Amino acid sequence: MLELVWTIPLWPLLGFLLNGFFGRKWGRTTSATIASGAVFVSFLVALASFFALLSFPGRQFQVAPFEWIGVDGFSAAFGFLFDPLSAVMALVVSGVGFLIHVYSAGYMSHDADQPRYFAFLNLFVFFMLLLVLAGNFLLLYVGWEGVGLCSYLLIGFWYKRPSAAKAGMKAFVVNRIGDFGFAIAIFLIFKHFGTVNYLEVFARAPEMVAALGGTLTAIGLLLFLGATGKSAQIPLYVWLPDAMEGPTPVSALIHAATMVTAGVYMVARCSTLFALAPVTLMVIAIIGATTALFAASMALVQNDIKKVLAYSTISQLGYMFLALGVGAFAAGIFHLMTHAFFKALLFLGAGSVIHAMSDEQDLRKMGGLKKFMPTTYWTFLVAALAIAGVPPLAGFVSKDEILWKSFSSPVGHWLLWAVGSLTALLTAFYMFRLVFLAFHGAPRFGHDVHPHESPRSMTLPLSILGVLSIIGGWIGWPAVLGGGAWFEHFLAPVFTKAEEVLHLEVHASHALEYGLMAFSVLIAVVGIAWAYSWYVKSPAKAEAVRTRFTGVYSLLLNKYWIDELYDAVFVRPLIKISTAVYRYFDLAVVDGAANGLATTMQNASAAGVKTSTGRFRWGIVTFVVGCVVAVGWAFWVYLQGMVGA
Amino acid sequence: MLPVPLEHYLVVAAILFILGVVGVMVRRNAIVTLMSIELMLNAANLLLVVFARVHNDVGGQVMVFFVLTVAAAEAAVGLAILVAVYRRKGSIDVDGLNILKG
Repeated sequence: MLELVWTIPLWPLLGFLLNGFFGRKWGRTTSATIASGAVFVSFLVALASFFALLSFPGRQFQVAPFEWIGVDGFSAAFGFLFDPLSAVMALVVSGVGFLIHVYSAGYMSHDADQPRYFAFLNLFVFFMLLLVLAGNFLLLYVGWEGVGLCSYLLIGFWYKRPSAAKAGMKAFVVNRIGDFGFAIAIFLIFKHFGTVNYLEVFARAPEMVAALGGTLTAIGLLLFLGATGKSAQIPLYVWLPDAMEGPTPVSALIHAATMVTAGVYMVARCSTLFALAPVTLMVIAIIGATTALFAASMALVQNDIKKVLAYSTISQLGYMFLALGVGAFAAGIFHLMTHAFFKALLFLGAGSVIHAMSDEQDLRKMGGLKKFMPTTYWTFLVAALAIAGVPPLAGFVSKDEILWKSFSSPVGHWLLWAVGSLTALLTAFYMFRLVFLAFHGAPRFGHDVHPHESPRSMTLPLSILGVLSIIGGWIGWPAVLGGGAWFEHFLAPVFTKAEEVLHLEVHASHALEYGLMAFSVLIAVVGIAWAYSWYVKSPAKAEAVRTRFTGVYSLLLNKYWIDELYDAVFVRPLIKISTAVYRYFDLAVVDGAANGLATTMQNASAAGVKTSTGRFRWGIVTFVVGCVVAVGWAFWVYLQGMVGA
Repeated sequence: MLPVPLEHYLVVAAILFILGVVGVMVRRNAIVTLMSIELMLNAANLLLVVFARVHNDVGGQVMVFFVLTVAAAEAAVGLAILVAVYRRKGSIDVDGLNILKG
């Protein structure tokens, strides 16, 4: 069974080709079925491969169906690596992906361009699966670039809308900056290790630490730069809020559950390299924690339902990087998985609301939707409780694990824990602000809006994700609470080398762990109560604070004016330089040379044409002159010959 | 041997030829052009006969027959063209034949 693991990405590729060529002819239902079916088959194969892996010795399986690049001095196979980490990722991508495909069938049912949508969505799943199953850096990069491309295609899906087109470009360009760092890192890896295959690189890394010195840190930082671009961390997070222009299921799949997690996956995969260069881990942890707090602060005041969720995603990704940075690699991946469940659910629920409100996304125009859309409401509530970290839901287990590790790990720090806890408080607050504003209270929309529950194709995935948000954490239930911590043990073999290097065996007291756990539950409850007080009991309080602190409010609402800063510092000067180069090099020199050449030829031929006058006597004269010259020259040569002899 | 020295024949033939060439180049009347061409051909004929006599080789004189025949045929064709041109343009000024300009 494991030999077939390389076919997992193939099914969505097939779906893409079928929908791409024939989707329009076959119609909306067929294209939706093909697309969803393809991802479902991938999921089944991934599931079967997972079970096969459990009984496979060493739990590490490599397969390369064909040779890809074989040049003198460099060879890269189209190679796949299947181990616990790729198994988890493949299952999450194909499983959540399948649910979102089914949901999309309902959400996009009114859209005439549905076949194109499903084609792109399938293409995305193909590249994402390629990314997580790749066995070497080059194939990873192919998947990496591919998901960036699909993100662009799907964000700008409604391309006739200027804001959507611009958002797509912004996402792609910002991603590219990160990809540049990533590419340089791959070059450095090849230069020093001579190979791009994961297992070979990670095996050689420990012995090469002394030889490499600072280069290993450079590689780590450059890899992380790529991760910040793809996973929307500081400084390259600015594209994600704009990416909300795309259809909501796209936001759920790409910008919550899967693509943005590619950076987290990549850092986890390269844990050995990062562990051998501890400076990089510190950078990752600091940036992760900072981004988490930073994004959460902006989520507090957003009025668009999707923007709140976008900043929430950036914030939660920060948690994942915080985990990786303190050496809790398994915890980071665990949070990746649980986050996929509840964040996808939140986005799909938001989509359900938007759908019901006839495309209204402003929270200030919602309210009281609880009674109109019960399934959406209850599943949304479950997801909100999960993300706030209320036990025993999924979010509690993973987030608490991260907070505990950031406090207790030998490479952790209490300050990181404090930032994480503050962020948790804000998370609970803004999430329930969202819930209360949208679903509770009196309706604030006009009479032309008739909210209704969404069709089964949309509510069924919501329910499934709701169940997963509840039980998803139970496979990693911590030992300290009587659980088996199965998830961590499953992933352990992937991270043993890194953990050895970091000496991560920690013997902190259980009492401390219980204490911190209780504290995080308290935070969640406080946050929810705070939101309740401000948005259900006495809404005037929120209003009062807003009018008192207009400066802070404006700062948060305007996203700290970072977009404007980037625009002034990077974008405008670059445009000026480009325009100058265009004018003074491209137009003047290159076009000048080409046109100049053409003009010279024209002048030469105009001059030359003057010899063909068509006059008879002119022809005779030139003929005679030519004859004289020719004969004279021949005679001259003859004479020379005579003299010589 | 020749009663008149060889050089005299060569000079006469050269003068005849040059006269013919200059005539073709300078004169505007088409008939005069054709006559100048005949002059050039006959200069060549003269040289052929002289050298046939010098080398005692009849081949040169046989060649003259060929040249004369060709000259006659060519003159006939040339005059036919000339008549056609005259019918078209009403004049036989060779400077008027410049449609192939450019």
